[in-house]
Amino acid sequence: MGLNYRELGLRVGLEIHRQLDTRTKLFCDCPTEPRTTGRTVEFVRRLREAQSELGEVDPAARFEMRRARTIVYRADLGSVCLVEMDEEPPHELNREALRIALTFAAMVGARPVDEIQVMRKIVIDGSNTTGFQRTCIVAVGGSVRVGSKVVPIQTITLEEDAARLIEQRDGQVVYDLSRLGIPLIEVSTAPVIEDPREAYEVALAIGRLLRATGKVKRGIGTVRQDLNVSIAGSGLVEVKGVQELEDLPRVIEYEVRRLLHLERVRSELRSRGVRAESVSSEKVRDLTHVFSSSRSRLVSNALSKGWRVMGVRLPGFAGLLGGGDVRLGRELSEYARAWGGVEGILHSDELPGYGITQEEVAAVRRELSCGEGDAFVLVLGPERRCLDALGAVIERASLAVEVIPDETRAARPDGTTSYLRPRPGSARMYPETDVPFVRVSRDLLEEVMRSLPRPLEERAEELMRTYGLSRQLAWELIDGEVVEEFLSLVQTGVAPSFIASLLTEVMKDLRRQGVPVENVGVGAVRRYLELVAQGRTAKESARDVLAYLAGHPGSTVEEALKALGLEAPPLDEVERVVDELVREVLPRLSGRDPFGPIMGELMKRYRGRVDGAVLSRVLRERLARAGTSGGSA
Amino acid sequence: MAPSGYRGRLREVLEGIGAEEGDELEVVTPDGQTFVGYLIARPEYADEDVITIKLRNGYNVGIAFTEGTVIRRLAAGRAPAFRRGEIPPQDPSLPRVALLGTGGTIASRVDYRTGAVRPAMTTEDLVSVIREVLELARIDAEVVLSLYSENMTPRDWSLIAERAHQRLVDGYDGIVIAHGTDTMHYTAAALSFVLQRPPVPVVLVGAQRSSDRPSSDAATNLMGALTVAARSSFAEVCVAMHHWHSDDEIAVHRGTRVVKLHTSSRDAFRSVNAGPIALVREGRIEVLAEGLNPRGSEDYRYEPGFDERAYLLKFWPGMRPSVLEHLASEGVRGFVLEGTGLGHVASSWIPVIRRLVRDGVFFGMCSQCRFGRVNMNVYDNGRDLQAAGVTPLDDMLPEVALVKLMWVLHRAHDLEEIRRLMLTRIAGEIGDRSEPVRLRP
Repeated sequence: MGLNYRELGLRVGLEIHRQLDTRTKLFCDCPTEPRTTGRTVEFVRRLREAQSELGEVDPAARFEMRRARTIVYRADLGSVCLVEMDEEPPHELNREALRIALTFAAMVGARPVDEIQVMRKIVIDGSNTTGFQRTCIVAVGGSVRVGSKVVPIQTITLEEDAARLIEQRDGQVVYDLSRLGIPLIEVSTAPVIEDPREAYEVALAIGRLLRATGKVKRGIGTVRQDLNVSIAGSGLVEVKGVQELEDLPRVIEYEVRRLLHLERVRSELRSRGVRAESVSSEKVRDLTHVFSSSRSRLVSNALSKGWRVMGVRLPGFAGLLGGGDVRLGRELSEYARAWGGVEGILHSDELPGYGITQEEVAAVRRELSCGEGDAFVLVLGPERRCLDALGAVIERASLAVEVIPDETRAARPDGTTSYLRPRPGSARMYPETDVPFVRVSRDLLEEVMRSLPRPLEERAEELMRTYGLSRQLAWELIDGEVVEEFLSLVQTGVAPSFIASLLTEVMKDLRRQGVPVENVGVGAVRRYLELVAQGRTAKESARDVLAYLAGHPGSTVEEALKALGLEAPPLDEVERVVDELVREVLPRLSGRDPFGPIMGELMKRYRGRVDGAVLSRVLRERLARAGTSGGSA
Repeated sequence: MAPSGYRGRLREVLEGIGAEEGDELEVVTPDGQTFVGYLIARPEYADEDVITIKLRNGYNVGIAFTEGTVIRRLAAGRAPAFRRGEIPPQDPSLPRVALLGTGGTIASRVDYRTGAVRPAMTTEDLVSVIREVLELARIDAEVVLSLYSENMTPRDWSLIAERAHQRLVDGYDGIVIAHGTDTMHYTAAALSFVLQRPPVPVVLVGAQRSSDRPSSDAATNLMGALTVAARSSFAEVCVAMHHWHSDDEIAVHRGTRVVKLHTSSRDAFRSVNAGPIALVREGRIEVLAEGLNPRGSEDYRYEPGFDERAYLLKFWPGMRPSVLEHLASEGVRGFVLEGTGLGHVASSWIPVIRRLVRDGVFFGMCSQCRFGRVNMNVYDNGRDLQAAGVTPLDDMLPEVALVKLMWVLHRAHDLEEIRRLMLTRIAGEIGDRSEPVRLRP
């Protein structure tokens, strides 16, 4: 992008969350691997704000409270008990999880606290049945080294994973409880990362250390990265839920562009002499009558449901709401959605449009007394929602004059972010009095030190030595978390480096092309390799076969080969064809080496069906029999 | 003064630097780690050599205080305090409900002395936190007691009954009593016998999750209780608590038919040998039972007084009858036996029981089966026990029979009168029809 991040004063801190592969959950004895028994319950709850022990109500909690949603929980009793249902007090802190966290702490040189005290972190979006997440600091300090840079670790915490969101509808949200309570380790770095690429490297390094413990879960949904991002002069933005490591730089770049744009908007507003007070004193007006005979499909649909059209003037904002993928209009719209539950906003920089005519725009401007330099925002919805939404729009717009606000934002799959809620303060934490303190004893620490895991570097060396893999392939197996699969698949007898590249490069490539490779189980890959080993297909068919299996879940490897025409013909057929070619070609070559030309012909016919090595062996045999040298081996 | 929970050498050090709860401190450990945060009180029984600091990120951590630990006070802080919002004006057109606080989880907060939940909030605090209650009723709140319900005695039942009686006489449209759940069913039974056929509902309510938690059931239970108190067509002494795990349904149980059947779940309270008398869903009351005492009933009677010399005894295999003689010698005037099956204790008990009955001691029989009615005519042993003077108590719940016996002993002085009153239906405690417990497996 050509941005000079250091000059902009970019500061990024990471929070890496990873599920631990413990036998039971953090505060109860349910298994951490989901089990389906068909014995299910579904129940309904509501959550309320609560005061912390400092007597304050957290802003993030108050935000959720205002939304007053009904929460539906679904649970299969195979992996959920009364503890997750908030119907039984938590059991004691899982000692297996504690040991893993202490192990990681030792690996990064962090200092364990002497007594672990479990806290309740208020989260009332429904993702925790209790209305809080249980969390505790296990250790502070330590560092990871990335190249020449030392990145300090601030805290290492253990916490409960949240329930999984299933669906979100009008005034109702549905969660599944099987994930709730799985132990998560959270590693927070100091905000010293100064470049988007560096964030990726730091996350990779922490991820490798976590994996070296051998006690973290693998696969989709087991890792989550949160970021806090700021540039000089901006507030602190927390971005939640970046799933893929590779997305980190893109998300940071987007955030920086967004912050820069907001900074530009702010200075423009100031130079126009706009004042926050004059924005916040704007009044919301009901403009339904202006649109009573509107031709706009959007508007008439809304009015037919009995909704209102309401609007507000934004003095001095003309021309500042639109723009590219970062624009103030989008920020206002996200606030309106989050606080008012409306579908979005319409603003003057994009109107006329959506079927709304120039005349209607002019009428709105008249009603709102908009001058030349003023903008306006419209929302559609039931009256209460319109008022809440526009209240939030006014609040956000008046903030835009003064600051770039502290926010919690969600990472979206396309690399952008969207407003989630205000940033929580420390008032959201209060003690979990149901769980006794855990003294971190010298004996426990010594035990942890005695059984520290081998570093992954050793693992990579071993893979290179034993299987003749390149350094790059060995690390790709480790970072792709497929070492175990690799070790089980090399027993098929197929070349290890082929298997390694199949599990890493080929899979990654297919995934990039949008092939749902998660549908291909390790069993199918094993069967495929067995067939390769038996000569029933050729290695070159790998990409096509995997893509077919991904697209046709449930079909067998044999079916895939048949459908793709990639089955090897019987060997005697191959031999016959070779004989024919030798007979046909040999006389025409007048003494030149026949191997190359005939091999080329064979590959043309059998690519993806018969292994090149097999073809070459047969050809050599036949040529030898025919009395020629059989090429330079 | 150093905050509570600090003892010994550490307390001296904290006092030496004038550290108070909420002050900002710096703690440097001998291995060179620095912690900066606010001083927090510790539970009474926690380790003596650990200081609790609330870090700036809100987390509490414990740091060992050893030789070489340096504690510095950086700045004065603000001790935590629960701040009550202003109570908004009440709507004079709404029914008038008296809210009596007695303690328990429904009105409790985290205690920094023991680290446990404790009754600390006044009823006004509760109203200020659960604003919606003011849309249901005009509320006059009053703290009668502040007790965990396991600490209650029959004297406390009498105090609560007396306050409720005064409010009934004052003409309130309903009474809600916030109560700890552990013994709420005992109090409910006691009030049922003292406040007979009241003109308005008397509703006991509790919470299984403290009201300082976002998921507390206090608000929904209280709303259900107030709905019944303000608007129900019946006027019974009853208990309003969650019907199941969901927040959308509150069950109303008759005060003499309800027990706490679960240690922790929201739906801990169940009617036994009867169904709930009503359900409250989305603010509407669905009445399920027939023959309830109607609102406005004019034959209200206030019958206070309990004699505590009653004893509830659970029989178990091999238990010796000498325990009865010992207890009688301590002054026990009547026993409720929680017998086996249809109402039995070992045959070896019969001579002892016969002797004590002759001395005027009452024996009533309930079953430890929890569900069903006693019948002492089926087996020889049952008939022998009756011949020895044991009174079968029909389908009365053992806890209710105990409370009733205390109430009866206060007003009856001979065995015949005690027997007669124990078998007289006072407040729905005895039923004549038994329905299946479950309608399907």
